Amino acid sequence: MQFSPEVLIVLGPLLAAAIAGLLQRYIGDKVAMALTTGSVGLSLLLSWPIFIDFVWGEGHERVIELFRFIDVAGFTSTWSVRIDTLSAIMLVVVNTVSFLVHVYSIGYMAEDPHRARFFSYLSFFTFSMLALVTANDFLQLFFGWEGVGVASYLLIGFWYQKRSANDASIKAFVTNRVGDFGFALGIMAAFFCYGSIQYDVVFEAAAAAPDMMLGVGEVQFRAIEVVTFLLFIGAMGKSAQFFLHVWLPDAMEGPTPISALIHAATMVTAGVFMVARCGELFEMAPLTSGFVTIIGAVTAFFAATVGLAQNDIKRVIAYSTCSQLGYMFFAAGVGAYNAAMFHLFTHAFFKALLFLGAGSVIHGLHHEQDMRYMGGVRKPMMITWAMMTIGTLALIGFGIPGIGGFAGFYSKDAIIEAAYGSHGIGAQFAFWCGISAALMTSFYSWRLAFMTFEGKYRGNPDAHHDDHGHAHDDHGHGHHEKPADGSAPAHESPWVMLAPLFVLAAGAIAAGFVFAPYFLGHHAEEFWDHVIPFHVGHHDFPTWVLWAPLIVTVTGFLLAIIFYLWKPSASKAMAKGPLHAFLYNKWYVDEIYDFIFVKGARAIGDIFWKWGDQKTIDGLGPDGVAATSRFFSRNLRRLQTGFVYHYSFLMLIAAVAFGAYAIFAGIGGAP
Amino acid sequence: MSEFFAGWPLLSIVTFLPAAGALWVLAARAMLRGDNAGFDQGVRVITLIVTIATFVVSLIAFAAFDPNAVGYQLVENVPWAFGASYAMGVDSLSMALVVLTTFLTPLCILASWTIEKQVASYMVLFLLLETLMIGVFCAQDIILFYVFFEAGLIPMFILIGVWGGARRVYAAFKFFLYTLLGSILMLVAIVAMISISGTSNIDELTRYAATTGFDPSLQIWLWLAFFASFAVKMPMWPVHTWLPDAHVEAPTAGSVVLAAILLKMGGYGFLRFSLPMFPDASHFFTPFVFGLSVIAIVWASLVAFRQLDMKKLIAYSSVAHMGFVTMGIFAGNAQGIQGAIFQMISHGVISGALFLCVGVVYDRTHTREIAFYGGLVNRMPVYAAIFLLFTMGNVGLPGTSGFPGEILTMVGVFQVNAWVAAGAALGVIFSAAYALTLYRKVALGNIENPKLDGITDIDAREWVIFIPLIIATLVMGFAPSYVLDFTNSSAEAIAAAFAGAAP
Repeated sequence: MQFSPEVLIVLGPLLAAAIAGLLQRYIGDKVAMALTTGSVGLSLLLSWPIFIDFVWGEGHERVIELFRFIDVAGFTSTWSVRIDTLSAIMLVVVNTVSFLVHVYSIGYMAEDPHRARFFSYLSFFTFSMLALVTANDFLQLFFGWEGVGVASYLLIGFWYQKRSANDASIKAFVTNRVGDFGFALGIMAAFFCYGSIQYDVVFEAAAAAPDMMLGVGEVQFRAIEVVTFLLFIGAMGKSAQFFLHVWLPDAMEGPTPISALIHAATMVTAGVFMVARCGELFEMAPLTSGFVTIIGAVTAFFAATVGLAQNDIKRVIAYSTCSQLGYMFFAAGVGAYNAAMFHLFTHAFFKALLFLGAGSVIHGLHHEQDMRYMGGVRKPMMITWAMMTIGTLALIGFGIPGIGGFAGFYSKDAIIEAAYGSHGIGAQFAFWCGISAALMTSFYSWRLAFMTFEGKYRGNPDAHHDDHGHAHDDHGHGHHEKPADGSAPAHESPWVMLAPLFVLAAGAIAAGFVFAPYFLGHHAEEFWDHVIPFHVGHHDFPTWVLWAPLIVTVTGFLLAIIFYLWKPSASKAMAKGPLHAFLYNKWYVDEIYDFIFVKGARAIGDIFWKWGDQKTIDGLGPDGVAATSRFFSRNLRRLQTGFVYHYSFLMLIAAVAFGAYAIFAGIGGAP
Repeated sequence: MSEFFAGWPLLSIVTFLPAAGALWVLAARAMLRGDNAGFDQGVRVITLIVTIATFVVSLIAFAAFDPNAVGYQLVENVPWAFGASYAMGVDSLSMALVVLTTFLTPLCILASWTIEKQVASYMVLFLLLETLMIGVFCAQDIILFYVFFEAGLIPMFILIGVWGGARRVYAAFKFFLYTLLGSILMLVAIVAMISISGTSNIDELTRYAATTGFDPSLQIWLWLAFFASFAVKMPMWPVHTWLPDAHVEAPTAGSVVLAAILLKMGGYGFLRFSLPMFPDASHFFTPFVFGLSVIAIVWASLVAFRQLDMKKLIAYSSVAHMGFVTMGIFAGNAQGIQGAIFQMISHGVISGALFLCVGVVYDRTHTREIAFYGGLVNRMPVYAAIFLLFTMGNVGLPGTSGFPGEILTMVGVFQVNAWVAAGAALGVIFSAAYALTLYRKVALGNIENPKLDGITDIDAREWVIFIPLIIATLVMGFAPSYVLDFTNSSAEAIAAAFAGAAP
């Protein structure tokens, strides 16, 4: 057991969460907020120097071990803090976004009666995420993995009066559990094949026996393929990849700062982190890598199509997140783990920025989330508009090849190029999915910007709907005067909410060109230092490949102008078509799952219960004796008159006597 | 400490202290002839003191116990009738279960504070039940074991039958018949074992099995006879249907003891007898047990998902969790057995706590119907937080004690048969679905039922009950090594005995 700043980074938020959660009645909201925000701030201050040391300094890897978690015959896990390039990146991503979200929430949640609980959850999440990224073995990774899952569950369902929020939180947890099903089996398979769950030991053992075979039923597979495949199932759940993506859009039921922190910047990227962490394993598994590529590519494409048709501002960004995670995965699938991690890094800034910006709009419009009732928000909320525009430019990856651009430009273009240049399974498919998703990304991002900020205000706050179930305080605004110039009756958010936007905007602008040389370029080999498999990329892509992302991005921008600024009637006409319905309903995946899994589980449960347990098992067994029990019940009443203990002693003695006799007889009659 | 208590019959004291308490209550009752409230309160206090004292003595025994030493410790042996003897002794497995029992019983007594009907009889039965449960784990003589094992049925039967709910008689008889049926077969097997080996001492029987060994074809029959008894106790599919009924009708503390300790006797029996004494048969039947375990996990989880009664849901979830235990035991390797032991202890704490959680609201509303509740968090925030913690423990969240047992049993089984591990892992998905759905229906949302308007949060007595359970759940969740290291010696011995007979 040794203590050091690294340990404090991880445990500080846990301590703060525990105090804020347990003592909230005694310390009050303000102390709880100060404590949690302060502890994450401290973690932030301690983690940047570590990261900077890896970027510009020596960057020495180290593992600080605390105490044993589980240790049974080689299945050994130790609570530890592992510091290397990969975890240093995650430390700054997690702590930066988490700290900013803490600060932002002071403003955003100002009128919520359960602020202390909210901040306690936030810090608990931060702890779990930090435990995840600093793990030195698969079991602590799994601990963090489930810990962030439960924090996500708690925060999605934070407004517990809302039925929809509760349902969404359960959906998130259970869907993640489907992924964890695979993930846990992956850990078991790794232990079975390599005799350890320590990262280093597993990686070495796998490298030493690359051709080890494992039978799955009658078929023999390479063990490494099976292990990585199972682990990746977990990543699909946590990172909302196609098939297991259904929980992420619903998770938007949670407060918006949560969406920024958990469902954009950090937790959902845990899957990408895990694949990068196990890069040495995935590198040896071409089939699984191909699967990762294809799933990532399909998700990038699928989620982008769905994002085109959503009206809820947060859902658009949620599908965008899903899509961007797809990019990260197909980058990892084609072996560009550095590009995947770089996109994770830049995405954290601009996606958190977009979510917090959207939160600012929602806050300014008194908890309106439907973009159909927005419009004209730019004028009253100039700062938010400017910040969201920066976020949009970063998300669509705006930049000019050879010159430079926003953060997303560096990372996304690196991914698309890596896919083009790869000969892995599915790489070319991923390239085309990536290009077309980039077009859609641009379109839906500008669509969001135009529908929200431009045009005339379309809301009618007095008359309309309440289908978002405003369970929490509605800021006490009874009625709203429409400004005469058609802009929205909104108010700019307080500085405590805007300041985090500035920091994130700075990241969305600068994170690309500052860090690209280290993640991708000249210093990359040194920076990564064998923590992930790194291949020096070739730089001789055809010109059209280099320029394609910019071309489709501009095309998307122009299309959005046509449909949402120039000819809004065209978009309305389109919204009536069957394609729109298909996209709006998310390819009907939720409906199919509901029918097969939810209704299926209910039906099977009923069959097992009513036919199995009640009719068959009880019917053949004890209920045949029911008549006897009715007979006895008449006599049993006497028990209630006070002879209970006599009776019980009598039975005890009888049992003893019977037993003794039987043994005596048994021994006497034995051969 | 161990020197000071050397030579003391610590295990007998632990075992019979509650029974002496029962005599004390009986004597007081006979002398005072009191049936007034003051007398009842006195009985409650006496019972609580006795159970706490028992816990303290068990801790002394625990301290005197050397977990690194192999074999039985704190041994007492007094010859008895018919060649049998009064022999007591514990290894680390039984020591852990004894402490679990003595730890939970005072909490059960506290939870029984609201019992108003025939308090003295109730407490006497409870104390006797504790003696018999501890005796099961301490008995070193197979006949003594059998006596404790069977006699434990009686107080439980009466507790359900007298202090139970509306259908208590049906439930009590279902419970009694199932468990009795299994145990008669076990008795026959015990008689056969003694007559063949010439000893009734468990330690000697184990050594006999390891050296001479029971004839493999006879082992099959002996194994089946023991299995009939232990499978019902566990309970394993398809002999599990008595459990939901017994739980539903039992008073809260009865449910706690049933889930936390009585069910463990099945697992204990497998570990103590089936594996080391009939290793060949155990190998032979491993696929059979695996099959039943996976069916239990999947079946019970899906059925739990559909329950309308809180206790029934938790009872079915117990069946599923016990599936992990049987699966882990018959994996027969260190992870499987260690995981199974850990899961037994952890389940004792978590399921006990969940039944207590039901008890808290049952005491206030007198219904266990899930649909009656909803939105409790609005009126009972502390209760909701506690209930959530144990729900997460039930789901097997890492950081709670529910996790290490599940993962270790699955890791153990994976090495024997990956498909079984995969089947069991399905239970991990289902448990999240049913447990969180229950939590949502009971605790979250708005209070819709006007009868819940005046419901109050947990009081001081309930705090006292829950705090030890919360601590146990979290400590065993974050530092399971302490428990695992302790039980290691027993698990290794059992695994070695089992592995020795590998075909």
